[in-house]
Amino acid sequence: MTKHLLGAAALAAVAALVPVAPASAQPKTITLCWAAWDPANALVELSKDFTAKSGVGMKFEFVPWPNFADRMLNELNSKGKLCDLLIGDSQWIGGSAENGHYVKLNDFFAKEGIKMDDFMPATVLGYSEWPKGTPNYWALPAMGDALGWTYRKDWFARPDIQADFKKKYNRDLAVPKTLTELTEIAQFFQGREIDGKKVYGAAIFTERGSEGITMGVSNFLYPYGFKYEDPKKPYSMEGFVNSEGAVKGLEAYKALFKCCTPPGYTDAYMQEGLDAFKSGQVALQMNWFAFFPGLYKDEKVGGEHIGFFVNPPEKERGSQLGGQGMSVVSYSPNKAEALAYIKWFASPDVQKKWWALGGYSAHKAVLNDPGFAATAPFAADFLKAMGEVVDFWAEPSYAQLLLAEQKRVHDYVVADKGTAKEALDSLIKDWQKVFKDDGKK
Amino acid sequence: MLGGPPAIRRLRRAFTIAVEMRPTTIIAMTEITPVPSLAARVASASPDWMARRASGLSDRSIAWLFIAPTVVLLLAINIFPLIWTIRLSFTNYRANRPNAPLLSVGIDHYQSILSDADIWAAMQATAHFVVWTIVLQTLLGFALAYLIDRKFRGHALWTTIILIPMMLSPAVVGNFWRFLYQPQIGLFNYLVAFVSGVPPSSFEMIGSVKLAPWAIILVDTWMWTPYVALIILAGLRSIPDYIYEAAEVDRASKWRQFWSITLPMVLPFIMLAVLFRGIENFKMFDMVNLLTSGGPGSTTEVASITLKREAFEKWRTGFSSAFAVILFVTVFGLANIYVKALNRVRQR
Repeated sequence: MTKHLLGAAALAAVAALVPVAPASAQPKTITLCWAAWDPANALVELSKDFTAKSGVGMKFEFVPWPNFADRMLNELNSKGKLCDLLIGDSQWIGGSAENGHYVKLNDFFAKEGIKMDDFMPATVLGYSEWPKGTPNYWALPAMGDALGWTYRKDWFARPDIQADFKKKYNRDLAVPKTLTELTEIAQFFQGREIDGKKVYGAAIFTERGSEGITMGVSNFLYPYGFKYEDPKKPYSMEGFVNSEGAVKGLEAYKALFKCCTPPGYTDAYMQEGLDAFKSGQVALQMNWFAFFPGLYKDEKVGGEHIGFFVNPPEKERGSQLGGQGMSVVSYSPNKAEALAYIKWFASPDVQKKWWALGGYSAHKAVLNDPGFAATAPFAADFLKAMGEVVDFWAEPSYAQLLLAEQKRVHDYVVADKGTAKEALDSLIKDWQKVFKDDGKK
Repeated sequence: MLGGPPAIRRLRRAFTIAVEMRPTTIIAMTEITPVPSLAARVASASPDWMARRASGLSDRSIAWLFIAPTVVLLLAINIFPLIWTIRLSFTNYRANRPNAPLLSVGIDHYQSILSDADIWAAMQATAHFVVWTIVLQTLLGFALAYLIDRKFRGHALWTTIILIPMMLSPAVVGNFWRFLYQPQIGLFNYLVAFVSGVPPSSFEMIGSVKLAPWAIILVDTWMWTPYVALIILAGLRSIPDYIYEAAEVDRASKWRQFWSITLPMVLPFIMLAVLFRGIENFKMFDMVNLLTSGGPGSTTEVASITLKREAFEKWRTGFSSAFAVILFVTVFGLANIYVKALNRVRQR
């Protein structure tokens, strides 16, 4: 046994003496973290240019949307070094800024001549600033996004369907000009036989687990007059969150859900909407503009079959803001390379290429270009949407506020609990409690 | 029916031998014959230097040396976090704000939890889930074990097949049952429609307030009934045949045999299975979260899902620590009472 021990010890000693290849000899790579969706694939393509120019390799960590917040916020809270760059959701700005997760970029922007005036104001406010409305920047606007709608243009163009619709509603079947018209169109298509298959009205967001139903319902609440707070008195919500208009908007969303969605559509978010639309199940689909390039290219429902429209108004205009900014994680050991990536990404020609590949640039050089509206069938609608976007709270406690709305709205819309007014009243109470705990009242 | 005296003599002899061959008798018989024990052989084979080191230590210290790594691990992973959680439950600590000042809030968290309607709703959802899964799994598990115990042809193969569900990961099970429950393309609605004639898309399991709690109960029963069946099968197999034979001699009916022999002798095993399943389902998280996300609304939001959301999405670490302590005390208390009852049953 002693001989065996000696032999093992000798082997270990030899193994320890073998030199290990020094890490400095390998080219540097940085990791960019984002959600796993079409624009992320476009970014991988785009980043080859950065690697070619700077020699810094890019590694990517993509997480599906329903798990993205959970995964990344856990990573940030445990000071993880997985991500050098993080394209985090706009809601995380408050928490990440105040808890030191993101690097403040003001000095870097000043040094490299990156001007926030070059980006669309809604995106700077939504993706970069904290506190809101102050020139403190924690991210570069990377992906502009808003909640829009797609529809089956080919079905709308059929003469028999047009005739039926005109007979029933006394107007032409066209892109809805109000949310009421949208609901009527959805009702019209619900249960209709088209090409031998039963189809349904609309695919809307009803997801319970992360943020789905809140994002969806907001697209109805804003046009009906919902406001998060008194514009003159921050955090004062009574009469704004539960205003008469807000109650009507919530009831309208529930009515659309009950009458005009496919069976089993009680926990649906982006992917389920895409599946429903691509499989020819629905006439209308609510989804983020980010997916529209992919949908337009789809073989079955793209091209001539698909049309796009911005969220219709009712009493006023409003679309739910999506989109993300690109930030440097403060725990990263490769901050210099990460900042170099941001500098490369902010240049106008990279931004133009970003739009061409399927990403949504927030740069004025791209969006204000006179030819922009012609570059894609949804480009004009995107511009219109970005001009009227409203975002959810971006407070550090945004997760508690979001979870409260998820619960109250899903309880009312899907689980038939109580009335719309009760739901919004309870929501105010939930939110007041959060703000009280935060010392904001 | 058994024959005359020779048969009964044979039976009585078998009975006597069985009684005499009880475990205590067998041990007594082996202690009489001296055999170099395994311990002695190992001791003589260990090298001198090791034996000299160890000989200085008492038996007790050697014993402590062997269990020390496990004790350290247990303290680090079980006991310390428990004590730390109890400590945190009296503070306003939030894990995502490590630099915020730590303040003591006394029993505020406990008070707000015990008076929170939403938390009580979660506990109700959990209780509904636990009670019904235990009832269904015990009844079905017993029936399954009874059938397997009949030892029909191919019973070994079928036993293996029915064990497959419990070998799957609960998260995977939750995930694919979501597809099975899909009203338009899922197998479940199709089968129900096939059997009952109701159109498949006319009802939905996961999205309905009435059916969603039963949806999760169904999936859990599908997954764990074989587990309960296995435990009860062990109980059934442990009943010696001579007791049934003696009962047959006394002309007891099958039904009477079942009530007076089978059920009482299997009862400790049933109670054990109920204890295991009860504890497991009280803390059930992954299967329910992937199946319904606690929906519709909060209809199937069991306590673990509420706890996870409070702890890792809202980052209210102090509050969720208090909730965890309350859940721990509940399970611990109930399990203690139950184990006392179980011990009483076993001693009968």
